[in-house]
Amino acid sequence: MAHQVAVSVEGASKHFRLRHTHSLKEGLVWAVQGRPRHEDFRALETLDLDIREGESVALLGRNGSGKSTLLKLVAGVMSPDSGRVRVRGRLAGLLEVGAGFHPDLTGRENVHLNAAILGMDPGAIRARFDDIVEFADVGPFLDTQVRFYSSGMFLRLAFSVAVHTDPDVFLVDEVLAVGDEAFRDKCIARIGQLSAEGRTLVVVSHDLPLVERLCDRGVVLDAGRVVHDGPVVAAVEHLRAVL
Amino acid sequence: MSELVVQGVGGGLAEVARRRYLLSLLVRKELRVRYRASVLGLGWSYVKPAVTFGVYFVGLGLVLRQNTIADYAVYLFGGLVVVTAFSEAVGNATRSVVTNGELVRKVFLPRELFPVASVCVAGVHLLPQVLVLVVGALVSGWRPDGVGVLALLACVVLVALLSTGLGLVLSAVDVLFRDVENVVDLVLAVIVWTSPVLYPTHLVESLLGPGSWGFALYQHNPLTVAVDLVHRATWPAATAPGALPDGLVGRTVVALATSLVLLAVGQLVFRRLSGRFAQEL
Repeated sequence: MAHQVAVSVEGASKHFRLRHTHSLKEGLVWAVQGRPRHEDFRALETLDLDIREGESVALLGRNGSGKSTLLKLVAGVMSPDSGRVRVRGRLAGLLEVGAGFHPDLTGRENVHLNAAILGMDPGAIRARFDDIVEFADVGPFLDTQVRFYSSGMFLRLAFSVAVHTDPDVFLVDEVLAVGDEAFRDKCIARIGQLSAEGRTLVVVSHDLPLVERLCDRGVVLDAGRVVHDGPVVAAVEHLRAVL
Repeated sequence: MSELVVQGVGGGLAEVARRRYLLSLLVRKELRVRYRASVLGLGWSYVKPAVTFGVYFVGLGLVLRQNTIADYAVYLFGGLVVVTAFSEAVGNATRSVVTNGELVRKVFLPRELFPVASVCVAGVHLLPQVLVLVVGALVSGWRPDGVGVLALLACVVLVALLSTGLGLVLSAVDVLFRDVENVVDLVLAVIVWTSPVLYPTHLVESLLGPGSWGFALYQHNPLTVAVDLVHRATWPAATAPGALPDGLVGRTVVALATSLVLLAVGQLVFRRLSGRFAQEL
């Protein structure tokens, strides 16, 4: 069965202007000295990529190869300089566990706030609330301010909210190194389950064995270009060869 | 199955209206954080204005016997309530996107939520102030009237529109140039003098000259209109002949229209700049 395209990246490119100074004084001094006030950095060269529904794709590459930039473009956090990036269905980005968690709110309040941030409506939050809490396993700390949580508990709760938002497309950026081994396995199982349900998965990770386990397809980026695209095992081999 | 859509193109303020639930949670978060570990909590926002009003009432009315303006305590406090609400809304809205930078960089949500939430928080704080004002006015011999209620409503709507519009522009520009925060603080520190809060309008009129364009400008400042409206609403002496400047109805209409235009411009500027938020923060 031919699956529809879930994530479509057409000719997208992104460059950053690294400003060395915002200050007027330094700007003037540097202009006199002939020192450049900003540098352009191309994070992504013009790039095309289609990800079909139900695929689980790993974005691989060295640090600074543009993986996270690409993920941010897909998430809509940034817009590309050229081309366009489109996504079909509901998207949940786990670009960072716990973004939007506030230390002064209780676990319960943070679950509501974070789920709403990730786009759930109040009815859906109420319906999934018990699942979220059970998965996170924070027990009696639910009504305690998050600032008193251990870092493991914090991550468990944050991760739990994200995996319960019922996304069609799920973006994961290097967040699987959370919690103890038991919880990590639980997270990986949950992500595997999402993928088995036919949801689309895009993972950025340097953990190659994990990626091989979770994904079918590997896309290797280098200096903002796709240098390899194929089954994940071959992609990982390609990456190991160039590293 | 749904269509392929470009992510990160927010529906602007309409989108904010659709995500009211998230907005309400953000407002609650803001209030919770502000009154953390406090016994009285939101009660402080009743205590503070009540004490302020009491000090004016006793100090200016009974001790100094300041009587060039009748019921000066109510006159002063009414204006201050409006200016304080405006300052809080605009000041916090200006910082809102930068403060929530973490979220802006990680998750896509309609970013308009942040300045709008700041304005809503100021609105929550405005309510107890208005209550104190009304009680204070009643004590001073004021009795509510229909036109007054309308004036108060118009005042609140005007301040809300004005601060949302300004908040959108300023919060967006603040991401690129943090200087904006300082400029805004400076302007907000002196803004109480650009409207008839501490003094009566006719002093400005005689200074700038009746019918001069400077005075017209002063009078058409939307914040001045808002202050005049609150005076009309709760100041016991407002209905006395010559107590309030003329043409308030006309100026209210103009000010509302100005604020709506500002809101539209704010939305436009915000949307234009919001594409750069994630990389600038």
